[in-house]
Amino acid sequence: MFHYLLNIDAFLLIEKLVLIAIIVGLCMVVAMYTTFAERRVAAFIQDRLGPNRAGPFGILQPLADGVKLFFKEEIIPNFSSHFLFILGPGLAMTFALLASAVIPWGSNLEIFGRTVPLQIADVNIGILYVFGVVSMGVYGIMIGSWASNNKYSLMGGLRAASQIISYELALGISLIALLMITGTLRLNEIVLQQQAGYWNIVYQPLGFFIYLICAFAECNRTPFDLPEAENELIGGYHTEYSSMKLGFYLFAEYVNMFISSAVMVTLFFGGYDIPFVDESTLSTNVAGILSVLAFMIKISLFLFFFIWVRWTVPRFRYDQLMRLGWKTLIPLALFNMLATGAWMLFTNK
Amino acid sequence: MTPFTNRSKPVDRRPMSLMEKIYVPAVVEGLAITFGHIFRRKPTIQFPEKQRVFGTAFRGLHVLNRDEEGRENCTACGLCAVACPAEAITMEAAERQPGEENLYREEKYAARYEINMLRCIFCGLCEEACPKDAIYLTETFTPSDYTRKQFIYTKEDLLIPHPVKEPEAYEKALGNKPKRIKQKDS
Repeated sequence: MFHYLLNIDAFLLIEKLVLIAIIVGLCMVVAMYTTFAERRVAAFIQDRLGPNRAGPFGILQPLADGVKLFFKEEIIPNFSSHFLFILGPGLAMTFALLASAVIPWGSNLEIFGRTVPLQIADVNIGILYVFGVVSMGVYGIMIGSWASNNKYSLMGGLRAASQIISYELALGISLIALLMITGTLRLNEIVLQQQAGYWNIVYQPLGFFIYLICAFAECNRTPFDLPEAENELIGGYHTEYSSMKLGFYLFAEYVNMFISSAVMVTLFFGGYDIPFVDESTLSTNVAGILSVLAFMIKISLFLFFFIWVRWTVPRFRYDQLMRLGWKTLIPLALFNMLATGAWMLFTNK
Repeated sequence: MTPFTNRSKPVDRRPMSLMEKIYVPAVVEGLAITFGHIFRRKPTIQFPEKQRVFGTAFRGLHVLNRDEEGRENCTACGLCAVACPAEAITMEAAERQPGEENLYREEKYAARYEINMLRCIFCGLCEEACPKDAIYLTETFTPSDYTRKQFIYTKEDLLIPHPVKEPEAYEKALGNKPKRIKQKDS
């Protein structure tokens, strides 16, 4: 009855499971250390030192934070909708992690004579998948905020929803221009194209700029962190949350940052391509490991940029946010799309 | 309205120029400023390892003084308690018995001397009021404890170590107080 199960390549299954475990773990660790980096960079920008007590240079600080969050009292307001209240942070975290499935983390590795691609699923609709999953992330925020039954939470949730809808349009349109050039939705192929030629940032500077701004908005990062505006909304959608559920929300934000940095690097900055190095001259495993390193370095530069901007630019007012989204970025993205189309038409590509 | 100081600046209410409307140049300028701050020298003093150097006038926790032979200076006159604006000082006097001359400098001494460190505002008026140079404010600060009761410092907590029996501890407790004693004398 289950004879078709025998046809499944067991090694493939193991390989993918290990890869999934590694990548989920990696996302968590990177998110943890991004919180640490955030605090240290913030401190340095403000002429302080930041947390430097837990372990050498404070590198155990994220662990201490995590332990603290776990041992905090768990408060579920009895006027909230309990099931949805618990579901919210779970969804936020799940959707944040889901997008990591299609990102090519590096070129191939050769283990026991098998070629292992460092990508969980090389689906042919990679970008669409990322796009879909990232926008699903707002459900975590909306459900959590609505279930809290608190006006501040609800305001935060509504803001998050309308903000993500507004900026998703510009994001999508800026991606269409990119797709017209690459001609594929498969992320691995986009990276290979960039490895052979130039990085896409050369062809799409305006598209990248729009994507960057929209990525900030999608991750709810300053200057677009209106959903959690501390001074107006007392924390916004996570006002009622405590303990590890709050931790999940905060964590999901950092995982989102990590993933959107990874997507940006993949789409515009050559993904796992090592700059100025011809990968074909290296052996497969060396190239594979180096490519992962190059990818991680590029991502960490973006993460630093996220943090750097947060401690520089103040928050937008809500009408300013909407005006920027609808009256500036969408026309700009449309112009970029048309210009790209016209350019391709004239150069007969 | 005429400005009160020469520091006031009129508000620029001109409409934004195109460069300002684009926002991006201003954001880049801001990013450059914050980036520059990353490499600035930090003024933080890493407290438990390093300590700020205090001026000689610093007022920390109190100490009850002894003379060179180790006899207590305090005569329980109560002037410090009267001077104390926070009413943190309590004391009980007792008469010196024959044979106790090596313990107390004068015929009267404080049998009980307590300072409530939670009430104390470290104004130093007790130090100024004392006619016998018996109470001083030291450089020690940040006392910490688990209960409120522990913050009522008794005579045993307050007395400076014996200068003859424990000279090292005495020197340490003295801090830069000799300088201050000298200042007061001159």
